Amino acid sequence: MDSTIFLLLAQDALTNGAIYILLALATILIFGVTRIIFIPQGEFVAFGALTLATLQMGEVPGTVWLVVALAVVAAIMEAYRLLRMGVSREIPAAVARTLAPPLVVSGIAYVCAPLNLNLGWQVLLTVMLVTTLGPLVYRVAFRPIADTSVLNLLIAAVAVHFALVGLALLFFGAEGFRTPAFSEAQIPLGVLTVSGQSIWVYVMSIAFIGLLAYFFGRTMYGKALRAVAFNRNGARLVGISPSLAGTLAFALAALIGCLSGILIGPITTIYYDSGFLIGLKGFASAIVGGLASYPMAAGGALLVGITESYSSFWLSAYKDVVVFTLIIPVLLWLSLRSVHFEEEE
Amino acid sequence: MSERLLAVSDLNVRYGKVEAIYKASINVDRGTIVSVIGPNGAGKTTLLNAIMGVLPSQGGIEFCGANIGRLTTEQRVAKGMCLVPESRELFAQMSVADNLELGAFTRYRRGDKGIKQSLDEVYELFPRLLERRTQLAGSLSGGERQMLALGRALMSKPTLLMLDEPSLGLAPLIVKEILHNISNLRSTGVSILLIEQNARAALQISDYGYVLENGDIAMEGLSKELANDPKVIESYLGMGGAGQDRDKK
Repeated sequence: MDSTIFLLLAQDALTNGAIYILLALATILIFGVTRIIFIPQGEFVAFGALTLATLQMGEVPGTVWLVVALAVVAAIMEAYRLLRMGVSREIPAAVARTLAPPLVVSGIAYVCAPLNLNLGWQVLLTVMLVTTLGPLVYRVAFRPIADTSVLNLLIAAVAVHFALVGLALLFFGAEGFRTPAFSEAQIPLGVLTVSGQSIWVYVMSIAFIGLLAYFFGRTMYGKALRAVAFNRNGARLVGISPSLAGTLAFALAALIGCLSGILIGPITTIYYDSGFLIGLKGFASAIVGGLASYPMAAGGALLVGITESYSSFWLSAYKDVVVFTLIIPVLLWLSLRSVHFEEEE
Repeated sequence: MSERLLAVSDLNVRYGKVEAIYKASINVDRGTIVSVIGPNGAGKTTLLNAIMGVLPSQGGIEFCGANIGRLTTEQRVAKGMCLVPESRELFAQMSVADNLELGAFTRYRRGDKGIKQSLDEVYELFPRLLERRTQLAGSLSGGERQMLALGRALMSKPTLLMLDEPSLGLAPLIVKEILHNISNLRSTGVSILLIEQNARAALQISDYGYVLENGDIAMEGLSKELANDPKVIESYLGMGGAGQDRDKK
């Protein structure tokens, strides 16, 4: 390996690492707020990239219909729940609240899809569609069982994963897509040529991480999400409802996943099932942070990115094996180091 | 003055087959402090949790004249109830200021503009919280934590504040300070439902009292009268009871 290849691989590692950081943040956020180990995080990535690819072709992406269908199911569930509570007066308002945002978003997407808008508008449409998907998935699949064990929630998450992968195959077909780059620029940097898209990935990830830090550290809703993650009972006692927090967390996670998908779309070919492996690497990074620490998860994400990139050079067929094997010593170290406190609950 | 704020009637709470509260009825009038005293395991905490909606219950709970039995805890908070539980339930990994700010979460959602002013009022009431505002809540001492829990509750501008054992685990001097703070709260217009093992102190600062035994309201009356009731003195106010025991022998 000479220094050029070394630097090339390092650049790859950083690009992928930046994406894994974002996905790890989403995983930790959802686990903290709802206790769900959210396996389908990567599906948001695939849906983001593939929805954008479909819009590029001037077609209506299947995501539109998924949003509509989930909204209808969510509205029926909401109506049934209120009926059983004996407050049928509130049903019309609740149904309208559940249906309106998804229908508006999918309506706009449906109308705008054939217009061949420029890339920026298509990205915006994609972000709106996929972000709407998050809270709907939470409402339909997780909210009814929000109080069960972590294991049950994990099983539901796996089910959601399979459902979303199947739907992606139905909507986007088995073919892979590559979306156009945001920037075709090639910037020479010594022996290295940095692609404009990589720069986009760095800048966007850093900007988005900064935005998230601001959201969690300075805004009331961000603090509320952290409060729920730290102390569920305490949060309820100050009036933060778990379902509101869950909805918000899922919206953010879907937004993060979608942005990641749009960012890597021009770099890697995304298939209907590509999300799983990408999401799993984000999850592995989150594990390094104990599913709780954001900075450690970011470090873990870079570690995963570096390992993946260099092992793809020497052991390309086994690069995923190497990445996931690496987690074992990390877990071992974490488990030896961790001190067990009495269970708080 | 004697407008009814909270009316709990024939409340039942059960843990599986075990009846924890049986047909309990208590009332809190606006602007008053009501205390519930009783031995360990009588169901005092259960009673508060049921009123707050943390535990499911059967029976009537009316707040400000409306039946709130079906509402979730969060909805009850939005209606103006607030519970400071025995375990405080602070956000230990967040700063004192963040804890206080989150206390006003429902007001923030409603678009209430007076949150900043409430924060200043809480700091005025508990100057020590102002000194420690950037510290993590988990690093506070027991007394400061209780102050923070009270402060966080006050940030929601409650009409009814429910306190579960505010003096538990605190040094006597700090207990005095906290109880003094609580009785001062009356002047801000908030009504208080207070649960205390320290029955003497509770009856001292409250207007009306209930004695809860085995999930039943065994006695009730004006706090002054309860404090002089021989049965209460014997069972809950310690000293006098001990003396009587010796006399019998």
